[in-house]
Amino acid sequence: MNPLLQLNDVNTHIHDFHILEGISIQVPREGVTVLLGRNGAGKTTTLRTILGFNPPSSGEIRFDEDLINGWAPFRIGSLGIGYVPEDRGIFSGLTVYENLKVAARDGVKEMDRRLEKVFELFPDLKRATKQQAGTLSGGQQQMLALARILVSKNRLLLIDEPSSGLAPIIVDRVAEAISELKKELPILLVEQNYNMAKQIGDNYYIIDQGRCVHEGQMQDLEDKPELKQRYLGVSV
Amino acid sequence: MFDTLFFHLLLNGLAHGMLIFLIASGLSLIFGLMRVVNFTHGSFFMFGAYVGRSIYLATDSFVLAILGGLLFGFVCGGLVERIAIRPFFGNRVQLLLLTLGMMLVMNELVKIIWGPTILRFPRPDYLIGSFMLGDIILPYYRMFIVGFGLVVLVIVYLFLNKTRLGITIRAGVENPEMVQSFGINIKQVFTFTFALGVSLASVGGVISGPFLSVYPEIAMDNILVAIIAVVVGGIGSFGGSVAGSLLIGLINSFGGFYLPQAAMAFNVVLMALVLLVRPQGLFGRGGVAGGR
Repeated sequence: MNPLLQLNDVNTHIHDFHILEGISIQVPREGVTVLLGRNGAGKTTTLRTILGFNPPSSGEIRFDEDLINGWAPFRIGSLGIGYVPEDRGIFSGLTVYENLKVAARDGVKEMDRRLEKVFELFPDLKRATKQQAGTLSGGQQQMLALARILVSKNRLLLIDEPSSGLAPIIVDRVAEAISELKKELPILLVEQNYNMAKQIGDNYYIIDQGRCVHEGQMQDLEDKPELKQRYLGVSV
Repeated sequence: MFDTLFFHLLLNGLAHGMLIFLIASGLSLIFGLMRVVNFTHGSFFMFGAYVGRSIYLATDSFVLAILGGLLFGFVCGGLVERIAIRPFFGNRVQLLLLTLGMMLVMNELVKIIWGPTILRFPRPDYLIGSFMLGDIILPYYRMFIVGFGLVVLVIVYLFLNKTRLGITIRAGVENPEMVQSFGINIKQVFTFTFALGVSLASVGGVISGPFLSVYPEIAMDNILVAIIAVVVGGIGSFGGSVAGSLLIGLINSFGGFYLPQAAMAFNVVLMALVLLVRPQGLFGRGGVAGGR
């Protein structure tokens, strides 16, 4: 089966900087694909390039049948690509329910239909629907960011550093939630926290200086301490 | 101390505050969402007054004048956004110069069409006269302005809080990129918000006509106080624009009576004080620059 998302030799410039220098990755139709690499390697830019926020200067991005490079971000979003940025992108002045409503691309009816399941996954949110999102804890905000993606029919999730800035016990809960999600949706995950990546990832790409330097099955990476040390800073 | 003079100044201040609110609310939403300081906002207020007056004189219907002012503002606002603002989007300096230049052109254009002199905008018969509450004289027209402002306030508030488009506008003020990731064409939201904001200013101009009369300088006078009201209330905050406008209206009314030479200075001092104590404005969140 051909992959759901495919990047072929994608180059991205931001102002005068050449950030992605010919990235090629494939995201299969199920499981979690993890982008690994040090700070500044180009992982977040890869996600933002897919989403059209930093359009590529050359190369091609294919989502299912469509060649989507150059598309406006809202068109890419409407294809069913959900995005959780590293800062969560919560609308802090809106209530939890309003946050979900903005995200309800397929209408409020469809959202209400899906909410029951979403609240089952994130019971904290159910109690806080009328609360201002800015007053939620970091972990709850992460849950809300994930919930926003689940209220519409999405086909792929892009999640950037879900563990960032969270206490270890909350990281575990987020990891559990993502493990639940991966049963239903393919996920492209950026994660610096190697343990979390190991726990939920299926495939990986290691990105360094805007290029893919390595790829493979997540479980095989365990036996490659030299890769882990060189590109991820994981001590052996 | 609550003599008739006090109530007179209070009503005057509220009426003026409501007119400022009609300019400031759109200005604030447009700046919050699009980071554009729209200097044409005062000019559309002025144009609204002229257009409304012409419609009223031609049709003898004040309701038609109000509807005409709304429609005029909505259409012109939408066109200005699509034709003039959108190509320069993201370049704040160019946009600032652009709207400033358009303001100057509009302020001259109005003199070519209607002449430079003060024009009288007659009140409709049913809004002439006053209501007597004991010794207190409450002119119908000023009460009408306050009432009209309140109705607009409630409608816009409900729109921003209860409809998906309104909620999307508020979300866009915080994070337009995220809004797009949910499949929403933010450019259409920008055009609509700009058109809505300009139509509020324009209809504000219509109802200001019989109160302030109609002359070219109302553009400049009102855009300045509206900008101050927005900064005082908190950029991008609808509640802030309400509070800021009423505060400025009342200060102008009372200050203008007791110390007329210093009326404008009061506004600026209030703005300076608010910025010193709460740089994000009374109801704002984040810094004045908004972090973007």
